[in-house]
Amino acid sequence: MRLRLVLRGREPRWLVVLLIAIAVVIVFAVTAGPIRLAGANPRAAYQRYLITPLTSFTSFTEVLLASTPLLFTGLAVAIAFRAGYWNIGGEGQFLAGATGAVATGFAFPGLPAALAIPAGLLGGVVAGMLWGVVPAWLRATWGIDEVVTTLLLNPVALLGVQALVTGPWRNSQTGFAVSDSLAPGYALPTVIPDSSVHLGFPLAVLLAALIWIVMSRTVTGLRVRAVGLSPDAAAFSGIGVRKVHFGAALISAGIAGLGGAVQVLGVTHQLTPQVSDSYGYTGIVVATLGGLSALGVLLVGLLLGNITVGAQNASLALQLPPQMGQIISSSLLLAVVGMLVFRRYRIVRAPRDTAHQGGAE
Amino acid sequence: MNDPVQPAPGPGGPVSGGPGSGGQGSGSEPIAPLIELVGIRKSFGDLVVNDGVDLAVDHGQVHALLGENGAGKTTLMRILYGLTRFDDGAIRVDGAPVRIASPADAIAAGIGMVTQHFSLVGTMTVAENVMLSGVGLGRVDRAGAVAAVTAAADRLGVAIDPGARIDRLSVGEQQRVEIVKALARECRLLILDEPTAVLVPQDVEALFGAIRRLTADGLGVLFISHKLGEVSRISDRVSVLRRGRIAGSVPAAGIEPRALAEMMVGRPTVGVRRTDRPAPLTAARDGSADGVGAEVEADLVAARGVDVGTAAGPDAAGERPAGTAAPQRLRPPALRLRELGLSGGTARGRDLLTDLNLVVQPGEIVGMAGVSGNGQSELVQLLSGLRRPSRGTVEVNGIDVTGASPQRMIAAGLGRITEDRHASVVPGLTVEQNLVLEDAATFRRGPFLDSGAVRRHASALIERFNIKAAPTDPIGALSGGNMQKVLLARALAREPVALVASQPTRGLDVGAAEFVHTQLLQRRAAGGGLLLVSEDLDELLALSDRIVVIYAGRIVGDLTIEQADPRTLGLLMTGQRLDEGEVA
Amino acid sequence: MNLPLWAMVTAMLTTATPLVFGALGELVTERAGVLNLGIEGTMYAGAFVGVLVAGSSGSVWIGLLAALVTGVLAGLFVGVFTVTLGVNQHVAGIGTTLLLIASCNFASRLLYGGGSVPQVPKFSQLLPDVPVASQYLLTYLAFLIVAPAMFVLLRSTGFGLRVRAVGDNPEAADAAGISVARTRYAALGLGGMLMAAGGAFITLAMLGTFTLNITNGRGWVCIALVIFARWRVIPAVLGGLLFAAVDALQLQLVITPQFAGIPQQLMSALPYLVVIGALVVAGRSLRYPGAYLKPYRRT
Repeated sequence: MRLRLVLRGREPRWLVVLLIAIAVVIVFAVTAGPIRLAGANPRAAYQRYLITPLTSFTSFTEVLLASTPLLFTGLAVAIAFRAGYWNIGGEGQFLAGATGAVATGFAFPGLPAALAIPAGLLGGVVAGMLWGVVPAWLRATWGIDEVVTTLLLNPVALLGVQALVTGPWRNSQTGFAVSDSLAPGYALPTVIPDSSVHLGFPLAVLLAALIWIVMSRTVTGLRVRAVGLSPDAAAFSGIGVRKVHFGAALISAGIAGLGGAVQVLGVTHQLTPQVSDSYGYTGIVVATLGGLSALGVLLVGLLLGNITVGAQNASLALQLPPQMGQIISSSLLLAVVGMLVFRRYRIVRAPRDTAHQGGAE
Repeated sequence: MNDPVQPAPGPGGPVSGGPGSGGQGSGSEPIAPLIELVGIRKSFGDLVVNDGVDLAVDHGQVHALLGENGAGKTTLMRILYGLTRFDDGAIRVDGAPVRIASPADAIAAGIGMVTQHFSLVGTMTVAENVMLSGVGLGRVDRAGAVAAVTAAADRLGVAIDPGARIDRLSVGEQQRVEIVKALARECRLLILDEPTAVLVPQDVEALFGAIRRLTADGLGVLFISHKLGEVSRISDRVSVLRRGRIAGSVPAAGIEPRALAEMMVGRPTVGVRRTDRPAPLTAARDGSADGVGAEVEADLVAARGVDVGTAAGPDAAGERPAGTAAPQRLRPPALRLRELGLSGGTARGRDLLTDLNLVVQPGEIVGMAGVSGNGQSELVQLLSGLRRPSRGTVEVNGIDVTGASPQRMIAAGLGRITEDRHASVVPGLTVEQNLVLEDAATFRRGPFLDSGAVRRHASALIERFNIKAAPTDPIGALSGGNMQKVLLARALAREPVALVASQPTRGLDVGAAEFVHTQLLQRRAAGGGLLLVSEDLDELLALSDRIVVIYAGRIVGDLTIEQADPRTLGLLMTGQRLDEGEVA
Repeated sequence: MNLPLWAMVTAMLTTATPLVFGALGELVTERAGVLNLGIEGTMYAGAFVGVLVAGSSGSVWIGLLAALVTGVLAGLFVGVFTVTLGVNQHVAGIGTTLLLIASCNFASRLLYGGGSVPQVPKFSQLLPDVPVASQYLLTYLAFLIVAPAMFVLLRSTGFGLRVRAVGDNPEAADAAGISVARTRYAALGLGGMLMAAGGAFITLAMLGTFTLNITNGRGWVCIALVIFARWRVIPAVLGGLLFAAVDALQLQLVITPQFAGIPQQLMSALPYLVVIGALVVAGRSLRYPGAYLKPYRRT
């Protein structure tokens, strides 16, 4: 007996929920082996990953903190992908944004907080856009595949950060490969007492709301969606496809850069090569799992933030290497997109012995 | 209504070899048909496409399968060739049941197929394409493939360069490669799916010659078509498929075209024709070379004749004498192309469009005939604002829109209906969103989209154009006909001064095509100027006031409707010059 | 400025080897119509598994074999998503890369703790005293066996014909009786094997050990090389050599006094920028394989 995929007549509403549930079960099943191999009990591990972070106020605030950079990179990727521009350079743009914020801080060390914070964030946005403009421009003028150019600029950005912190920005006190700390005016205020949750989190939520309104309620949003869904038809309808691609690419890169700036002003207060923990790449996971919608990004960003905190927790408590968090998020991505295929297709058994039916390939 | 037609033979019933095959095989009478389909059933979801089809083809027989678009012909052929899996029924070769689950099975059973969309890999050579079926994994036998191509071409009576790359060949040449491919695999039954749809009349003759040569060798041919004329000329037996069932099967000799036509469409009259000129089609066809074919086709057209005098409006019909364009002098031309040129961006070095001069007056339909690939798509893209001309100017309603964006072209009063429906709508968006996409800015309230206005606009158009969909349905779920109605609604809602319609009825069923034709004529009656680009000569002859012919990017003929007949158009379409006497 | 030319050519051939393997691997999958963005992860996994098995078995050859098997499996894994399920190829590829890198890092942490991975048996250079020719066996293999074999494979074998057909017009291939899915899986498996060979070369020949972030975007470079080469074998090899030449040049410049002021990392970024530049020169008005990024399903 072989199996094959057949187009469904109609799609029941409960199906999506069921498919995601199956995807989650698959992730549990495939990660259970490695967790056991590491000497931990899978059930206890998942308790740590999913439940423990929500059980105390402190760890819950850590979830919000951990999700903040993911919300920015997730929104950045969602906007670009929605428009059909495959920006996979969020990592580099995030690093560029962090660098831009630090550069602003070094250039104007004496600014009061009311000016320093907007200036630092703006520096990040501009730097992110600068990092994203070259691929966007190459795509718009010569049609050069942005997937490759944005990808290639990621290692370049990391090398650039390393060059800065081992060169001109090397720490003047310790001599380590990290920059000096920014002036205190550049620190984002905390928004929840007794926690390190900073202004960046509400900023991300606000941004998500704004993007959601623009995409679903405005003429611009309709045009961007049209371009992403069918560039040919959009062009035929008088929409400037290149302009939309270029605009989405710049805004996407700017948001990723903003994420980098927020991380610097809110968390690290200095430039380090580790300022991005693959946030740019994880943003692709967040955006895709969130269905490229701003609200979806918000939910998935929080979930992955939860798993990140849980992974750190499990690393300490169960000696489970924290990379398990990334294994879970990437396998969740693959399992969900794989399962969602069955929203439109169903599996049919094709018995081998009947004369007229073939097998799946 | 099936009176003149024999009932379809049952699965076990006697199926006589066509009379045309009598020349060969008279000594050894075949016991079982070459190929037999028994009770084939296939449905896609709720839609039943083949509902118990029985069909048999004999050795040396040309068996025509007639049917309208959507009758289930193509699905049946894909089943026979293993491209579509069927739900129930059986296939027999020489009386023995065979399992055809993939094209490989079909090839092994001696079945070859040539579809309208060629199964050729454009970046490979003729020989490589021939090698492709049944190729192993190891080193390929290039010399053997070259020899096979040459041998099959000889059998076919044509010359083919085995080393030529497919994407550099003409459509007619590619079709020959397809037939060569099937012959090289030693097929015994050749399925030809609407083979003449892509050919000019002259190439059709060559194809028919080849078919006769092949059937004389004992090859069976299953010839799928919706054109009665060619069917009666080439086939030995005709079966008619309607709504997934065989509506009848008759020998081609003594065929009753009108009855076949009715059997095919299931009702006595369909189609649209203009009443403001006396049957130019029939008159033109009388003088054409092939009496039988033309007569039958004209009969079919006559059978489809429908009075659209009311649709076109009494004013239009009364005001204008038959067959002549009567431009309204005070208004600028609806569309004027001056010395329009488009350079080819490719290595070919040939211009895609050269010195195009064309005027479409208000209240006039100018037809543009031509074999596909002679610059029509480029012209339509250019008029859609998707490409910029290299030279020359475009005016819409007296406004210069040369090289303008689609938005400005629309604003100047140009409506566009292109051949590729799926490149004109955004499948993921809803019907109402697609309807406002071209001028979304006018449905704005503050920074937001005015969803109430969008809904009202869509509902009004859905009612006016009889679109079977709700405003919030995703447009990708609509049938081809309904999707075309949405496009028509979007273009006509703005009452365009000039309308460019390219292949507006391709792939539509009769009812939908009729609706489109009526709408186009109404636009003409209301004073719109139409450029109708079509490969369907019947459509052009039925609707146009004038017909221009495009060949190799140039307009090579500009004929009044009285001058236009299929033979003349065919000559022009293939780039032949006309002697003075021929256009008359 | 006096550059040691022969040493640079020698270094160039070594640096180019993983890129040639990776680019040829990506080339065959893309010719079959599948963009495999899992390449970065596949090279990473090849590098890691090679070290892991070479260390535990004591044989560099067994390590290499294990890496190749890992590559085949990684390619087939991508096939499950892109061929059988037909999901978006960008997402499937990036997801695979993230999963493979995270898995390797997880295993590395588990087996070696936070510390460095011990040295394992590694390949030694053939002809160690001859300039230019003192290379690893795998380098000879890449340039003299694998590249010509790939050229012949795509051009003159039934397998190559099948790969090109399913990548350019899967409907036509299907109609010719070729299984589109099986051919794409085969191309993905073969491509994955070559990618992993490239990764294993970094650890088992160049370094003899594994470090985090070892591939450092080399997979992305390979994808750029394939586009730069317009899906042809010889230009892809030449592109790999170009990247390696710039890399060898920057390594020389770093130790040249005139360039001492420039941070070494900026010089390391140079090859990436040169590849982007090469794409700008050669990557305009491309003709992608006809079925690039498109899953195939019979109706």
